[in-house]
Amino acid sequence: FQNFASRLSCIIVCFPAPLASRCYSHGKVETDEEFDSRWVTYFSKPDIDAWELRKGMNTLIGYDLVPEPKILDSALKACRRLDDLASAIRILEAVKEKAGPHKDIYPYLIQELQPTLTELGISTPEELGIDR
Amino acid sequence: MLATRALSLVGKRAISTSVCVRGGHGVAKVESYTLPAYFDRPENPLPDICYVQNLSPEQKSLKEKEKGSWAALSNDEKISLYRISFHQSFAEMNQKSSEWKSVVGGMLFMIGFTGLAVLWQRKYVYGPVPHTFDPEWKAKELQRMLDMRINVVEGFSSHWDYEKKEWKK
Repeated sequence: FQNFASRLSCIIVCFPAPLASRCYSHGKVETDEEFDSRWVTYFSKPDIDAWELRKGMNTLIGYDLVPEPKILDSALKACRRLDDLASAIRILEAVKEKAGPHKDIYPYLIQELQPTLTELGISTPEELGIDR
Repeated sequence: MLATRALSLVGKRAISTSVCVRGGHGVAKVESYTLPAYFDRPENPLPDICYVQNLSPEQKSLKEKEKGSWAALSNDEKISLYRISFHQSFAEMNQKSSEWKSVVGGMLFMIGFTGLAVLWQRKYVYGPVPHTFDPEWKAKELQRMLDMRINVVEGFSSHWDYEKKEWKK
């Protein structure tokens, strides 16, 4: 989902080739998969603390991309370990905001996250009516 | 320092509980502006502190219930939990306001007022203009310019018909 702003709609199925996120001429470019697995590992830490969750989430939202469902899945499970439902709902709101004008990304994310949402009992902002 | 690090796991305003006693003067008062603040920003979805710092007994019991299964919570309880941690939802914080109308209105009003002030100044503050602005003087200036053939090829005097002694049509 990197550099999404430059693409047109209906790109849910095909993912763009890895593009450099840093402008090194010589440095190794991190692939999308490496980026994703790095973040999944970050949120999967069993004893993650609230600060690390907040820091991770705020940093992730700062990037020019919408996080992959697997990263969000890992973050939501971290919220569960921290007994923090409010943050879980906030994360869903934040990624909807990140998608910006691309209205088809958020429904896709919810579709992919539905098993986790049902398992953990997280309601989406739409279900709670706070998306207006 | 170790105490502060351990307390930071709580995730609340832990820094205020670290005690700094120096030189026999006692504990310095911690100012509220030095502590982490709450703010609603789309770029910073999870602020440093919860919005509601002092929980009522119902809120405390709700927080206890949060430790159990979330599916057991009703929608209202989930919304209450959300409102404890956060002030405005994303939809609320992104709302447009009509403030721009006040701003533009205020701008136009001030420009209008300035115009009135300038007019008043012109009438009551400034003295008369020099005598060289009198119509008779201006007529003499114009005649002098025509006599000097100012810009006679394409400019000023080229519009004057010297035979008929009038402006060219």
